[in-house]
Amino acid sequence: MSWLQKLMPSRIRTEGGGKKNVPEGIWVKCNQCQSVLYKPELERNLEVCPKCNHHMPIRARDRLTRFLDVESTEELNPGMTSVDVLKFKDSKSYKSRLSQAQKATGEKDALITMTGTLEGKPVVACAFEFRFMGGSMGAVVGEKFTRAAHHALTHHIPLICFSATGGARMQEALLSLMQMAKTSAALAKMAEQGIPYISVLTHPTTGGVSASLGMLGDINIGEPKALIGFAGPRVIKQIVRETLPEGFQTSEFLLEHGAIDMILDRREMRSRLAALLCILSNTPRQSRLEANSEECTELPEATVQVTVDAVASEHTGPTIPDAVGPRSAEGSASSDGTAIGPDKP
Amino acid sequence: MSQSNNFLQFEQPIAELDAKIRELRSVGSDNEMNLDDEIAKLEEKLQVQTRSIFSDLSSWQISQIARHPDRPYSEDYIRMMFDEYHELHGDRHFADDQALIGGLARLEGEPVMVIGHQKGRETREKVRRNFGMPRPEGYRKALRLMQMAERFNMPILTFIDTPGAYPGIGAEERGQSEAIARNLFEMARLKVPIICTIIGEGGSGGALAIGVGDQVMMMEYSMYSVISPEGCASILWKDVKFAEEAASQLGITSRTLKRLGLIDQVIPEPLGGAHRDRSMVADSLKKALVKQLTSLRKHSTDELLETRYERLMSYGVFQE
Repeated sequence: MSWLQKLMPSRIRTEGGGKKNVPEGIWVKCNQCQSVLYKPELERNLEVCPKCNHHMPIRARDRLTRFLDVESTEELNPGMTSVDVLKFKDSKSYKSRLSQAQKATGEKDALITMTGTLEGKPVVACAFEFRFMGGSMGAVVGEKFTRAAHHALTHHIPLICFSATGGARMQEALLSLMQMAKTSAALAKMAEQGIPYISVLTHPTTGGVSASLGMLGDINIGEPKALIGFAGPRVIKQIVRETLPEGFQTSEFLLEHGAIDMILDRREMRSRLAALLCILSNTPRQSRLEANSEECTELPEATVQVTVDAVASEHTGPTIPDAVGPRSAEGSASSDGTAIGPDKP
Repeated sequence: MSQSNNFLQFEQPIAELDAKIRELRSVGSDNEMNLDDEIAKLEEKLQVQTRSIFSDLSSWQISQIARHPDRPYSEDYIRMMFDEYHELHGDRHFADDQALIGGLARLEGEPVMVIGHQKGRETREKVRRNFGMPRPEGYRKALRLMQMAERFNMPILTFIDTPGAYPGIGAEERGQSEAIARNLFEMARLKVPIICTIIGEGGSGGALAIGVGDQVMMMEYSMYSVISPEGCASILWKDVKFAEEAASQLGITSRTLKRLGLIDQVIPEPLGGAHRDRSMVADSLKKALVKQLTSLRKHSTDELLETRYERLMSYGVFQE
């Protein structure tokens, strides 16, 4: 959250003759382009910098409620909490780390799962809360994910997961490692039943989560410039003792190496995922007029440049920057070079 | 008792007695002096000393035995337990990973597929085996062999002994995460019995990637952990010196994991560890494997898969 605290530079703030008529926390600085941004506008824009399209962290709960149709959501297993089986204690006890994280985030653990509709069609969606102990996966995350998968199985509806995590939770030791096997097994069951699972990898997704549910999507999607990998770059640097290639372990790197299907701007996520899921379930796409009324602001032209630049040009087909964006009338193209048909209202 | 002179630090009292006995023996054979009584006395003392040290090992000490350079590796067990073994190579896409081996074998006459991590003994072999740290092609070879086992309806036996999956540039480029994830996904539903045994070091996702099965067994002095004690210490304590403390907090020993219900069976080792009596250890492991296979074979495929799934679903403790 340090970026949130980085308010407007003080010299600007004091211009009004020392009067503090600007409420605290109304200005946010983009940690990429350093632009000073109006916070409500940034929120409206799904925490994506309107100036440079940098994808800033977004809270799991906000992510889900903004992704699903307005007022369609219902949280699954909201009260589930961790048990400190091992009485784990490093410099702090696991118990106190847990209660600290709960206080700081207002969440019970690092995964939020919800049912809801996406452009009118029922889905199950879950998101990792990175601010909760680095989005680490312990027994609660594993169980909630598995139950979300079972809910998808029972109701024959797709599952979507937004990951943001450092991996398995050390404080739950081997129990957390086993969550990798558990969640993967549940996904295998979904695959057998032909129920779609879309994995959206956001910044950062590493370790045990990337090496289980993260990489197992029928479709794997990355957010622009997200760090995605098995080992963290620091560990790799220590092992290989050389500087890592530029852009190593970013979404763009993974797309180039064939690990993910596409990179999507956060503001296109709703519309593109809805389109993909409709194709997978062989159903026509409903009118988008009655979809989420709170759709984010339109994509500035620069978005296209960001996502396209990120990928080597030989991987992308010809793209027409003006025709891109969730609200564009003619259809949209994305970083993967594919285009979807026109979205007729 | 000793087949090996390689003693760990906490075994120094044992090493000293062992050296004294050797010395007396060599003197005794040169001289006419009868030192048999003296030797017998020392040997008894050695037994008592060993038992007392090994009755109260810390997690950290066990982790050292699990990584002992003389500890039997997968190939040693394969040689000692199976009637036949034909190694199969390559993932058919990129390379043959020497850190993760596998092949067709017979266990008491019955065809089985064997998969295991393999560490090296000498420097050159250690490098060739990448210190037992597989790259994605290793996991993909393992998957290829396991799917072959399913086609020919033969059980799969895996032997786990790795510090972890290799964290390198090439490994990331070729999808280390996906390779591990894919194995977890497929092993959950392979239609043949799978028995996994941790024989030495069970290092995190790199171990689990061949560790999903119907029975999970651990050698008494092996370890199984979500992260190495050193790695955990450097992250949580910000100092690798706390590895000993981390080892005890992480609960990495066979005894703790059996108590937590995360493994099914502990295979006893002789005092001093598996390397002190390899044939005895191989024999007890073989007996356990044969017994488990016989009982797993009684189940129909549906029962087998359902039980495996229920088992996986049962992992984890939480409150609602």
